[in-house]
Amino acid sequence: MTGSISFILNGEEMEVRDFGPTETLLDWLRLSRRLTGSKEGCAEGDCGACTVLVGRLVEDRLVYEGVNACIRFLGSLNATHIVTVEYLAAARGALHPVQSAMVDCHGSQCGFCTPGFIMSLTALWLTNPKPTRDDIERALQGNLCRCTGYEAIIKAAEKASETRADASDPLYGGAEKIASRLRDLALTETATIEKDGERSILPASIADLATILACEPKATIVAGSTDTGLWVTKQMRKLDPVVFIGHLSELQSLAVTPQGIHIGAGVTYTQAFDTLSREIPAFGRLIARIGGQQVRNMGTIGGNIANGSPIGDTPPALIALGAELTLSGVNGPRRLPLESYFIEYGKQDRKPGEFVESVFVPRPKAGAHYAVYKISKRRDEDISAACGGFYLELENNTVKTIRIAFGGMAGTPKRASAVEAALTGKPWTEETVKAAQAAFDTDYQPLTDWRATADYRRLAVKNLLMRFYLETTGNPQELKRYPEAAE
Amino acid sequence: MEKSVLTTAASIKGPMHASLRHDSAHKHVTGSAEYIDDMPEPAGLLHGALGLSDRAHAEILSIDLTDVLATPGVVWVITGKDVPGVNDVSSGGWHDEPLLAETKVEFHGQPIFAVIAETRDTARRAAKKAKIAYRDLPHWSDIDGALENNAPYVIEPMVLHRGTPETEIDKAERRLQGTFVVGGQEHFYLESHIALAIPGEDDDVTIWSSTQHPSEVQHIVGHVMGIPSNAITVNIRRMGGGFGGKETQGNQFAALATIAAKKLNRAVKFRPDRDEDMVATGKRHDFRVDYDLGFDAEGRIHAVNATFAARCGYSADLSGPVTDRALFHADSSYFYPHVHLASKPLKTHTVSNTAFRGFGGPQGLVAGERFIEEIAYAVGKDPLEIRKLNFYGQPGSGRTVTPYHQEVEDNIIARIVSELEESADYQERRAAIIAFNAKSPVIRKGIALTPVKFGISFTMTAFNQAGALVHIYNDGSIHLNHGGTEMGQGLYTKVAQVVADAFQVDIDRVKITATTTGKVPNTSATAASSGSDLNGMAAWDACRQIRERLVKFAADAWKVAESDVIFLPNRVKIGGEEIAFNDFIKKAYFARIQLSAAGFYKTPKIHWDRKAGRGRPFYYFAYGAACSEVSIDTLTGEYQVERTDILHDVGRSLNPDIDKGQIEGAFVQGMGWLTTEELWWDAKGRLRTHAPSTYKIPLASDRPRLFNVDLAKWSENAEPTIGRSKAVGEPPFMLGISVLEALSMAVASVADYRVCPRLDTPATPERVLMAVERLKGL
Repeated sequence: MTGSISFILNGEEMEVRDFGPTETLLDWLRLSRRLTGSKEGCAEGDCGACTVLVGRLVEDRLVYEGVNACIRFLGSLNATHIVTVEYLAAARGALHPVQSAMVDCHGSQCGFCTPGFIMSLTALWLTNPKPTRDDIERALQGNLCRCTGYEAIIKAAEKASETRADASDPLYGGAEKIASRLRDLALTETATIEKDGERSILPASIADLATILACEPKATIVAGSTDTGLWVTKQMRKLDPVVFIGHLSELQSLAVTPQGIHIGAGVTYTQAFDTLSREIPAFGRLIARIGGQQVRNMGTIGGNIANGSPIGDTPPALIALGAELTLSGVNGPRRLPLESYFIEYGKQDRKPGEFVESVFVPRPKAGAHYAVYKISKRRDEDISAACGGFYLELENNTVKTIRIAFGGMAGTPKRASAVEAALTGKPWTEETVKAAQAAFDTDYQPLTDWRATADYRRLAVKNLLMRFYLETTGNPQELKRYPEAAE
Repeated sequence: MEKSVLTTAASIKGPMHASLRHDSAHKHVTGSAEYIDDMPEPAGLLHGALGLSDRAHAEILSIDLTDVLATPGVVWVITGKDVPGVNDVSSGGWHDEPLLAETKVEFHGQPIFAVIAETRDTARRAAKKAKIAYRDLPHWSDIDGALENNAPYVIEPMVLHRGTPETEIDKAERRLQGTFVVGGQEHFYLESHIALAIPGEDDDVTIWSSTQHPSEVQHIVGHVMGIPSNAITVNIRRMGGGFGGKETQGNQFAALATIAAKKLNRAVKFRPDRDEDMVATGKRHDFRVDYDLGFDAEGRIHAVNATFAARCGYSADLSGPVTDRALFHADSSYFYPHVHLASKPLKTHTVSNTAFRGFGGPQGLVAGERFIEEIAYAVGKDPLEIRKLNFYGQPGSGRTVTPYHQEVEDNIIARIVSELEESADYQERRAAIIAFNAKSPVIRKGIALTPVKFGISFTMTAFNQAGALVHIYNDGSIHLNHGGTEMGQGLYTKVAQVVADAFQVDIDRVKITATTTGKVPNTSATAASSGSDLNGMAAWDACRQIRERLVKFAADAWKVAESDVIFLPNRVKIGGEEIAFNDFIKKAYFARIQLSAAGFYKTPKIHWDRKAGRGRPFYYFAYGAACSEVSIDTLTGEYQVERTDILHDVGRSLNPDIDKGQIEGAFVQGMGWLTTEELWWDAKGRLRTHAPSTYKIPLASDRPRLFNVDLAKWSENAEPTIGRSKAVGEPPFMLGISVLEALSMAVASVADYRVCPRLDTPATPERVLMAVERLKGL
């Protein structure tokens, strides 16, 4: 058992042992290291002013991803390379191409959000040699700017791509050396770091994880901390002990089989994006609208399910696909249909000591129709007013199987069973759809809140069924609302 | 500086009218630009956190702070009783805004106490431990609630009146009445409020405050502490955005930090969390506009009668001038032959609303545009046609007098609009959209071209003054200071350009220094778009004085006529001799020439009598126009801005690239105000949209898919402003109205453009869908 973690901060490898389980990376950088380039704008992972890059090994390949330092716990960073805005120019002795382009294109005004934009654009620059405007917008979904109107920043991103990464770039040129150091820093046994009696626990394997959870009933499991981070920064909750699982490669399997897709609970949205976009494009398009890029780089589909939020975006999409969940613990794995995991608001079918291990997504049958619709005030980086998955199998234009599930309409993600019943066995026609719409009022009694009124939610879900019908029968071009990420 | 080599460059780096980068751009991108929270912390620094009310309106029966004080690391708790001077931070001296509530609270989130602790985290956690007993009182959060409860006004309302609307409105061929609700807006500056107070000897204190108005922070701190202004120095190098939200709202944090710093003799910092900042500081006023319009069959306006009721919050703050400015802009660009406009600045149990880019003007202007839309649909014409029909005329046309009896002398709106109509292909695109809508059942499009005319000057005439301080050191380097503050708008860069131009030296020679009350006193807020107009002129005046002394010195020493002393790029030509600027300055120093000057400027011509509703409140007008195209999904109300074209008037631009940045940013901010940015209070009077997770400002992907922005390059200010430029901060904010009216057209298509949809703002997808539904029922 070790009592420390190790990582590389900019150009310096270090071992850190004096930190609490909920100390954020941003506070550590600003207060302990006096690296004040990264800013706190919101302390909840929405504005991106705190964005730093975290390099980590994914399938033994070094990838740098933008993350929200404000809600990232320091304890989750073992065997990573943390890169802050200060390093980019310092390591080169001159402005990085992204920085020069931002200066030349007037991409900063008040400048407070700028370091975060620089880091998000650097992550894009490292991986995408010729980004389209849509690529750039997607890379910037987690960065708010209140001054520029973004046009100058988009132009800067395009201009930066004219200069390519080469050996002179410390992140690109030095990648092999860094990767090799990170391999050495990976945990080989469980680490526990204690400060003021509070513990961070880093299991070295899922077997360790099961053992730890069995004897730590108060443990909070933290993968990406995109939700738990806010428990700390906003609700000021004490979490002790925290068991970090983001580094466990055993939870990061992503396997495509003829039957479907197996997604490990620790797979981030970003890791799953390409596979899901290819296998189930509508699901991929949903992923591109969850959080900002930084949140997608940290957040996991497993976490989105495990915390049982009624407004999580992936559960309704997965329930409509008939997904199955695997929970595990010292007594071994247990499988259940995803929809039965959500018992009621705030209550899930997860026994003490259990953790979410994976989710299995059955492949839609040939000829089946599948769509996901997310309704929110702002298209990107917003929490759903309602989010619905629709899965339909037809036989001779008659509804053989239909599964409809919505988030935001009840205390849990929930099937629209009355609507499904009204459609099943009926001809798939506008008349059938219109007749079935009213059954949504049986299925859902939504609330009015700051995201939408109950009236709007009720009307929108009915109209979404109509949209689904029109998309399965009409000209998709005429129905297209906006350019989609996964196209 | 070494003795310089004489160069003979044809021009300097960074004169007026050049597109220079923001002076801090390099520091912004490397993370080295220092904001207040980034400054090295003084030894022994303490941190403050607010204790906020969790009632909207209640008597405070008792405050039990035992558990707060018992928290390890807590040093002190400030309550209202601990205020050494007056427990009031009202900017207008109304005594209606306690720093800390003592006997009653009037909004959910009102500060009651402040914890001072060794760390920020300790202070925040401890602040949750107070036990406060209340007796609830009836509360209302919104305008309708205020009207139903006969809420008092927070300040005397204003009326603008011209002609005889009472009788003329009946004589009009056509008449219609309506109501329009326009939402408020959170500033969402990326840097939240912050103040750092460092105690000194005697009464002295040095404050670093993220404020647009250092002199007011100084004044309020003096009031709260009971000490004279000369003991207080307020500094600010840069803010991470302001937008009006840091005009008065920073006072409370600076005051609390100072009280604690002086009591404990340790430096104290207050940096509220984002959610606390959004809950405890004011926002843009929302309005309910009730209107009665008389017009002819062609759509020409005959008479307008409108009431502007505003949610002001619990105190006056700046609600008087904000609601006044709404009335000043309710005419938009249009001549109203007979008009009656009245404000209702209503008290509500919400945080006191405050300045926000446009300062009430946008709310008035968008109402004026709604009047036009209503009339256009009523007479069955393209709204643009009705706009043109009602524009103010040129002098002599008999159509130039505003509702406040000021003549519009510099009107260029017709030219701006017709050039944009042409360059944006408005007519063809509108025809194509109408054709598209006819055969597209689900997706509908809309297009709108809307004008902006915005009055420039503080309507409080006294505020239209500014000072600057310029030193030339004997090595030839220049130190520049002025009363304006930098919040990203590029003011420091522009004023430095003025100085570089005045002495004909490269701008690198001009050091821009942090705004401080110790160098330039009695400054006005950097607000009302006036920053470069006022401070640019004050700096110019300081440079003029030094130049005059230098010219006289050169003429005497070289024995030439004063007209033979010419400032060339980085050198001075004296008779037949050219001498490097540095060497010339050195000689002037040895000749004991004063190389420092305080400059001053006050805007001429303006005057205003609020009671009479008459005068010339504005020195000049800035103009602009935008054309936006949108598409909406009639099943969900979701939308997309497809394209926006802008032509905007900044006179002769001091810095075209910086001005373009202001226009683009203001447009997107204005669009956000009218579309996705929604403030939502629950039945208990709690603001529930208090963080970016719930309050949605535009993202990169919300900006128009195609975005063309141009300056009206031919424009020059008719008044002798600095370089004949015009103010740019606020006017382009209202270009965002084009998006609202384009959405309105897309909605109207559902009922074949027969009726003007009621589309209140923010026009969220929900409001768009509900408007579609209402039209489907017709």
